[in-house]
Formats: sequence, C-alpha cells, structure tokens
Amino acid sequence: MRGIFTIFRKEMEDHFSSIRFLLISALIVMVGVIIASMVGMGIQEESKGMAKPTFLFLWLFTSTGKLFSFVQFIGFFGPLIGIFLGFDSINRERVSRTLSKLLSQPIYRDAVINAKFLAGAAVIAIVLVAIVLIISGLGIRLIGVVPGSEEVLRLAIYLIASILYISFWLGISILFSVIFRSTATSALASLAVWIFFSFFISLGAGFLADAMAPIGQSGAGMDPTLVVKHEQVQRTISLLSPMTLYSDATTTILDPMRKTTQALVLMGPLERLSLSRFQSPLPLLQSLFIVTPHLVSLVAITFLCFGICYLVFMRQEIRTV
Amino acid sequence: MENQAIIEAEGLTKKYGHQIAVKNLNLQIREGEVFGFLGPNGAGKTTTLLMFLGLTEPTSGKVRVIGFDPTRDPFHVKEKIGYLPENVGFYDDMDARQNLQYIARLNRIPDKISSGRIDESLKVVDLLEEVGKKVGTYSKGMRQRLGIAEVLIKEPQLIFLDEPTIGLDPDGTNRMLDLIHSLSREKNITIFLSSHLLDQVQRICDRVGIMIKGDLVAMGPIEELAKKKLGVDKEHYTLEEIYMKYFKEA
Repeated sequence: MRGIFTIFRKEMEDHFSSIRFLLISALIVMVGVIIASMVGMGIQEESKGMAKPTFLFLWLFTSTGKLFSFVQFIGFFGPLIGIFLGFDSINRERVSRTLSKLLSQPIYRDAVINAKFLAGAAVIAIVLVAIVLIISGLGIRLIGVVPGSEEVLRLAIYLIASILYISFWLGISILFSVIFRSTATSALASLAVWIFFSFFISLGAGFLADAMAPIGQSGAGMDPTLVVKHEQVQRTISLLSPMTLYSDATTTILDPMRKTTQALVLMGPLERLSLSRFQSPLPLLQSLFIVTPHLVSLVAITFLCFGICYLVFMRQEIRTV
Repeated sequence: MENQAIIEAEGLTKKYGHQIAVKNLNLQIREGEVFGFLGPNGAGKTTTLLMFLGLTEPTSGKVRVIGFDPTRDPFHVKEKIGYLPENVGFYDDMDARQNLQYIARLNRIPDKISSGRIDESLKVVDLLEEVGKKVGTYSKGMRQRLGIAEVLIKEPQLIFLDEPTIGLDPDGTNRMLDLIHSLSREKNITIFLSSHLLDQVQRICDRVGIMIKGDLVAMGPIEELAKKKLGVDKEHYTLEEIYMKYFKEA
C-alpha cells in the first residue's frame, strides 16, 4: 500500500505528542490504578487466613469494589477514547487545507483513511495493553497471586474484545469526521451516538418491552410466559447496542462462574439452591462458545462502520475535499 | 515550436449533475512555457486543474499530462508534477522541514536524498533562516513560498499553480512572481498558472488562455490576442482590456 506506512507513522507521532492522548492515558491509568488498588486491598482483607479461591486474579478486573469495576469502566468510557482519537481525523485536514495536498501526492486515496484508522487502533491497543499490565503488576503485589495460564488467556481475549469495541467507536468518529466539515459537529455527533447507546437504548428497551409484554409492578400473580417475553424483548433491543454486546461478552469471559451472558429472571430460593450445586467454573473453551456470537457481532459492526466510512470517503468529490 | 506538448486536452468535459463546469476543452501546453489560465471566479479553472491532476474524473474527453492519462495512471502524473492549491495548507504544529519531509516520504524519496533537496528548495524560496519555526507562525507570503518549496522537492517537470499570489502584499507578490519566473527560466519547469490577477499574468506568462463559464474562449500569446481583439495599431494594451472584451462578449 503506497503511502500507508508514511501516513501511519505520522499519525502515530501526532497522537503520541498530542495533549489529548496524554489526558486520555492519564485518566485511564489513574482510574485503573485506583480501582485496582481498592479491589486489591479488599481482596487482601477478605481472604486473610482463607484458602484463595480460583480465578482470584480476574477479580481485579471484574470486582466492583466501591464504585465500579475496571471492565465496567472501559465499557462505559472506552467509547470516549475512540471518539477522542478520531473525531477530527479527516475534517481537521480539510479545514487546514492539507487534505487536497495530501491527495495530490502519489498515494492511494484509501491509504489516508486506512492509515488513520490503523494508527488510532494501534494507539488504543497500546493504551489498553499498558493499563492491563499495570493493573496486573499492581494486583500481583497486592494480593500475591500470580495469574495462571487460563487467566492470562482470558485476559488476552478480553483485551482483543476491548480493542475491537473501542475501534468501533473510532470508526464511528472517523465516519462523522468524513461526513461533517466542522470538527465540533463531528465530535458532538459521535457523542450523541454514544449517549444514545449508553443511556437511551436501555430506556427504550424497557419501554418497548413494557408495551409488548406488559407486566405489573407488583410481581404477584404474573404470567411466567409474559415475564419471559418481557425479558426477551428487552434483551433483544439492548443487544443492538455495542455497549451491551461488549459488556456481556467481557464479563462472561472474565468470570468463569458465569454460565450465560443473560441475567437470570425469577430466582426463587429453591432455584437458587439447585443452581448453587453446580457452582464450578466453566472451562475457557465453553466461556468462549458462549460469547462467540457477541465477539463476531463486535467484529462485524466494527468492520461495517469502517466500511461505510471508507465508501463515503472514497466517493467524495475532490472539490468538496 | 520545436518543443513537444506536455499537456494535451481534447474535448475535455466535466459535468456536475446538470451543471457543466468545463465544456469541450481543447488545449496544448508546450514544454518550458509559462501558461496563464485566466477567467472569472467559478469559470472552471480549478476543475480543469483537478482533471489534469487526476483528482477528478472527466465526464468525457481525453487528456494526457507528461505523456500519461491522469485518470488511468495517476501515480506517474502525481510523481512528476507539482500542484500548489489555492491557499495551500500545512501542518501548523510542525516546522518547515518536517512538513517537507512528510511530503518527500509520501513521494517515496529516500530521506538521504530528500534532506539535501529540502535545503536546496528552501534556499530557492528564501526560507532557510526560518526553517526551525513552526509553520503556524508563518506569514501568508512565507506559507505560499513554502508551498513552492514543497512542490520543488519532487523535482517536477510541470507545476500547477492555483492563484499563487492571491492575498499577498505587494512585496510578497513581487517575490512570488520573480520566483515563478526564475523557475521557468533557470530550471526549465513548465508553469501552468491559474489566476484572475491580469497584470501579474501579463508580466510573467508567455501564452494565456481565457476561460469563461467553462468555455475556453481565447488562447495564444498576449500580443496575438491584442492584435485580434484590439486592432494592430494600438501600441499600449493591457491584458485587462483584452480580457474585458472577451468577458463582455461571452
């Protein structure tokens, strides 16, 4: 690919020397370290004088501690990383009139957009790998447990899913930076999509589920099939959100005790009792099977998003560039 | 002329929807000449340039630039010609050398060769002393000259300049025109200059073409057009008079 490496290299240099990147990584490292040390100290206290449970190490990432877990944090704020890295990638060059100059060099036109996406994805990968390593190091010191090979593998899958997830948001923001000429507009549009998927889709899902399968507030004398239907509708709609896809997939892959990505409804005392008899961790391969549809969907929406972005960019008349 | 054509356009047409931007353009530019491409704003000058560069596909017609079809063979064309867009942009947070080096790398010029060329071309445009400053601090005239330097690192055979003096102060304009003139005389680079600043074009161009509403209404050396339009006996003519005459007729 002609020119792609040169542009990739410049974009990486730009990212690493930008204040934006510094802020993002400072924020993530700060929050990550705070969560990990809180959780780590909690585990230290609780597990004093007890045999260490299996997969204790992964608790560092999934345990909610006082506020939220690291996994939840990335699920919620990860999109912002992607958006910050991409929202002005094309229209900044357009505003500063460097894009037409760039395109009049002997390079493929798609090299510009490919290199920008790849550079953003590479930055995301570097930041995430770094923070997971930092938390792991901190965790080993605090709880004195070294991760086993299965835990390392689960973390690796978690990392890949996270990189994909944040790259999806990078794609969204690059798409808006291709469509809109003003950087403020593209930033706001990306944020609007983020807010929609993180807050409003669950509201909408609940509303639609109530409309299609109305269940009362009381819970007494409910029709079980209606409750199941209510739950199904709500699940299906919220699965449209990449955020749900991602958080379902990652919490399941990082918690071997979880047998399904779905929350269980109607946990009566007897059901609870019968379930607790099967409390043994799921093998890695089984966990992977459960989340495969989620991971495939994540890959698909990421590629779809970048594909649209690519098409729009390639078809734009140069005059408007 | 013994020189061969470096640009040849035949029946070149570009439509945007129903609007015709360039209508059946026939044009030949010879090697080594300074050609002035005139016309009011929105006449289709920039569209024509973009078609020559392979950045826009013509709706119909043929064009060959330095012997290649810009649509089919954009790399050959883009490697050998320089294009200075109107109000050229730079990466403001990089200095002049970094900007030029980026362009050199995109042209696959090895760093060893490009560093020499960068110094040389910065010297030509008289910016060698300002090389360490961020381009964001440059004045308009300096940016425009840096644009020329950027074009020169490719060692082009042909340079397209789109309104190179617009918005420059008188001193900046003079330096720019002298620079363009010397590039043509000393380096034998063909210059294709699009502008509507007629007195400047008259100063440096060998031949001119006048485009109005997508139509090339006149082409030739300025004296010839003066003879044709203003009458032979007139001693003092300006390009402006010729141009206005064509403009009113169109």
